[in-house]
Amino acid sequence: MAKGGDFTSNLGRIYGIYTGGFVTFVVIIGILEQLGVPNRILGYLFVAMTIAVYAGIGILSRTMQVSEYYVAGRKVPAFYNGMATAADWMSAASFIGMAGTLYAQGYTGLGFVLGWTGGYVLVAVLIAPYLRKFGAYTVPDFLGARYGGNVARLLGVIVLFCCSFTYIVAQVYGTGIVTSRFLGISFEVAVFVGLGGILVCSMLGGMRAVTWTQVAQYIVLIVAYIIPVLILSTQRTGIPLPQLTYGSVLQDVSALEATKEAVQGATAHIATPKDTIGWVNFLALILCLMIGTASLPHVLMRYFTTPSVRDARKSVGWSLLFIFLLYFTAPAYAVFAKAEVYQNVLGADISTPAAIQALFEQARWLVTYGKLGLVKICGATIDPAADLAMAADAIFQVCQAKGTAILNFPNFAIDNDVIVIATPEIAGLPYVISGLVAAGGLAAALSTADGLLLAIANALSHDIYYRMIDQHASTARRLTIARILLVGVAVIAAIVAISRPSDILSMVAWAFSLAAAGLFVPLTLGVWWKRTTSAGAVLGMITGFGVCLYYLVGTRYFPESFISMWRPDDVVAKMGELQAAVGTAADDAAKTAAQGALTKFLGAEAKWWGINNISCALFGLPVNLIVTVVVSLVTPAPSKEMQDFIDNVRIPKGETLMAEK
Amino acid sequence: MAAGTEQAREHWRRTRGLMITCLVVWFIFSFLIHMFAPTLNNIVIIGFPMGFYMAAQGSLIVFVILIFWFAAKQNQIDEDAGLHESE
Repeated sequence: MAKGGDFTSNLGRIYGIYTGGFVTFVVIIGILEQLGVPNRILGYLFVAMTIAVYAGIGILSRTMQVSEYYVAGRKVPAFYNGMATAADWMSAASFIGMAGTLYAQGYTGLGFVLGWTGGYVLVAVLIAPYLRKFGAYTVPDFLGARYGGNVARLLGVIVLFCCSFTYIVAQVYGTGIVTSRFLGISFEVAVFVGLGGILVCSMLGGMRAVTWTQVAQYIVLIVAYIIPVLILSTQRTGIPLPQLTYGSVLQDVSALEATKEAVQGATAHIATPKDTIGWVNFLALILCLMIGTASLPHVLMRYFTTPSVRDARKSVGWSLLFIFLLYFTAPAYAVFAKAEVYQNVLGADISTPAAIQALFEQARWLVTYGKLGLVKICGATIDPAADLAMAADAIFQVCQAKGTAILNFPNFAIDNDVIVIATPEIAGLPYVISGLVAAGGLAAALSTADGLLLAIANALSHDIYYRMIDQHASTARRLTIARILLVGVAVIAAIVAISRPSDILSMVAWAFSLAAAGLFVPLTLGVWWKRTTSAGAVLGMITGFGVCLYYLVGTRYFPESFISMWRPDDVVAKMGELQAAVGTAADDAAKTAAQGALTKFLGAEAKWWGINNISCALFGLPVNLIVTVVVSLVTPAPSKEMQDFIDNVRIPKGETLMAEK
Repeated sequence: MAAGTEQAREHWRRTRGLMITCLVVWFIFSFLIHMFAPTLNNIVIIGFPMGFYMAAQGSLIVFVILIFWFAAKQNQIDEDAGLHESE
């Protein structure tokens, strides 16, 4: 792998052998399982083998050249860059959480599927080819050059840091969860095992190592994602094409929603946003996720690595194709799982302990995930120490208290994360398939963490250290600093992840709006509108990002002052009444109820025009655009040199505009 | 440098035209079509209500094809103007 030329010309063969090797490995594990090797050992083998392979690639790809470290020497073919981008893009949330979101929300959840794919059209048409021609190492690098100075560069780094750091904490957390569940080690230890997996891939070889590891991780994650649902589809319909067969299963689900007594209360799977979050919020979410996709630095920087502008464009197409393979499978997972639950779980007789035990014997995954607290029947989980009879008896007691003789929709809760993880068990598949899914989830989390880590550390080492602090630093020194920062950021992310910050995890969805509000306008107008001036872009970024951040923080953490400030008097008065009710509550139960009512009210009312705060870019983006345009028009036009520079960015011909060494 | 010539201006005019075409298609399949989902759901093909299908698969397929089409078209524009990269 040290010899770039030989390696790139043999890519097809190398990854072909790798894929074959991976399949063989899975088969061998399957055979070991049949021979009676305990699941725990198989779990270790899965995690150890995959991480060892990623580490091996990372070590073979070590480099001492700056351009190899930052942009993989700009020789990653479009096809492979597409795979690497897909792995970079699809996080633990996509792999594990997406299908669950679709299960819970039906059509409304498709806003995420659309939002996380359509943005690539904007990447291809508006941004990626031009950044490639410019020849940057990082996204703030482009802002610094186009808007002449360190202010724009620093703002770029700040926005990048805000949207990438919460995101990487969530990935490290995800690796910890998968590893601990699978190896049976404590979460804290598992986080550091995951951290090791991330660092061996990225530290020695930077972008070059991350690229080739991500390709390997993509192969693992896509195989792991498709196999279980493919088997499920074959079992149910006889055709191994879940993406096509789930249509008929969807019809079964809709029929059950309409007729089955126990399913009443569930929102129809195909109910449009008119009946759920409203069209405005649905479309606003799609817009913010799409624009955010086109602004996230860890995605954009992948297109710096292609050999040419032409390849950068084509590579975006490959990226989306590889992402599409997972995203068009996710709705199938949701529908298959829903059909199983609606047909075989809801409506089950739970009037006696024996009946519940029969249900558990038929659907063992209920017990497995009930013990993990991820499935709740009549609001109760299952005691991990209980055997089947004890578990059935305990569930019987709580269900009796609720006065229900059949298991119905309001009394059955399933965590979003379960859908993908439990599918192998729902289909009654051997443990090896569960192991495969865990390896896929781990690959998804590790690959995204690698990309994010590199985006943050590169911005700090290249933009802050090299460009702003020491422009004469030697190559060796720059690479050393880059690696120290990389390890530093990774360790901080791990420490934050160990504290299990629930806030940070829910903040990940904010990254898209923050990136969209801060970076989309300066990146696109920088290329498409020559008249954009430095002052315009800088003020636009500050105001756009500021408005978005204000809306997020204000609505989430200070909803009471947000309502006082922005909402009409009658809403403020209603809030006053609810606050007073909390103060005057007679006992603890009344206080809890009053507090609940207040929290619900604040969540619903602390908004501008009813827009959910996840879509705050809906405000930040136009503010950024208007401020940039107005300020640009009242400030002197960019210099002749800058205009020539933009002309050069616009045509593919010629050398990149940044000197490389 | 070829920038700033008549050829470059023509190249950019066509590039802009292609950009607008792509964004119009993008807009239709990202937003417009989904507004009609309740109506489209009345059409059912192999079990898929079409409104649901467009959000779950149809639009995604359009996006993938659109990007490859765009890449080919833009290459053509670059080559016509003689502003493509030399291999």
